[in-house]
Amino acid sequence: MISTFRPTHLLACLALSTPMLASANPILDGYKAEIKGSFTAAAGEKLYKTVGPNQLSCASCHTDSPKNAGKHAKTNKAIDPLAPSANPKRFTDAAQVEKWFKRNCNDALGRACTTQEKGDFMTYVLSVK
Amino acid sequence: MRVFNSFTLSLTLLASSTMALADGGGQRLALLPKMATECSACHIAFRPNFLPTSAWKQVMGSLDKHYGTDASLSPADQQEITEWIVANSQELGEAPPDNRITKAFWFTRKHGTNHVKADVWRRSSVKSPTNCQACHVDAANGDFNEHNIRIPR
Repeated sequence: MISTFRPTHLLACLALSTPMLASANPILDGYKAEIKGSFTAAAGEKLYKTVGPNQLSCASCHTDSPKNAGKHAKTNKAIDPLAPSANPKRFTDAAQVEKWFKRNCNDALGRACTTQEKGDFMTYVLSVK
Repeated sequence: MRVFNSFTLSLTLLASSTMALADGGGQRLALLPKMATECSACHIAFRPNFLPTSAWKQVMGSLDKHYGTDASLSPADQQEITEWIVANSQELGEAPPDNRITKAFWFTRKHGTNHVKADVWRRSSVKSPTNCQACHVDAANGDFNEHNIRIPR
């Protein structure tokens, strides 16, 4: 029995027991506190793929997967991946996040996003591994 | 021989002064870092001398409706960038239609079919005339010298 104990097993146990902590994001927590409800990745994914009145969706620039590098639909400008699993800088600065939700919800959906939508969206993008 | 030499020298001087003009003349202005960051999130940060000051004021005052896109900034960032552009641009020439740099007379004159073939604009590597750096490879640093143009396939 003792011979099968390896430090890597211990690490694996730690990794399995802490996913909730590892995925915690202060910005997402803020949205959660605001609505006093919960978010789902499925609703976020649906929003990500919704084509709005300007014939644009999030995917138009960020591609089908938030893990991919994208391209601005109008200017061709390269866009770094949106998913923190591919680009850890994402969703770390609240002012940045709010700035882009305001702009991109207006462009893609023709309106502002609700806190529920922002939380669902973040839950989805943060879940993409 | 001496006469010939001074003639050659003056020709050289003339040629280099013409090149300096084509390059926009003189030293390149370093952009306000905040302006460079914010503008280049979507497109190259255009140079202050690309539009007259009054046109810039209109552009910066309507960022929520920015050529079909919401490009709004926080009020503090908007003010800081506007003030810098106003201080570093001039009220020279007429504002182009819709305040579009690509509709300015100097732009259309330099980018007509005698200079750039029509199909170049449709290439996926170029796509839009606002995509300066597709051909002006060091445009981000303000280099629009016509000797440094590389038209991509």
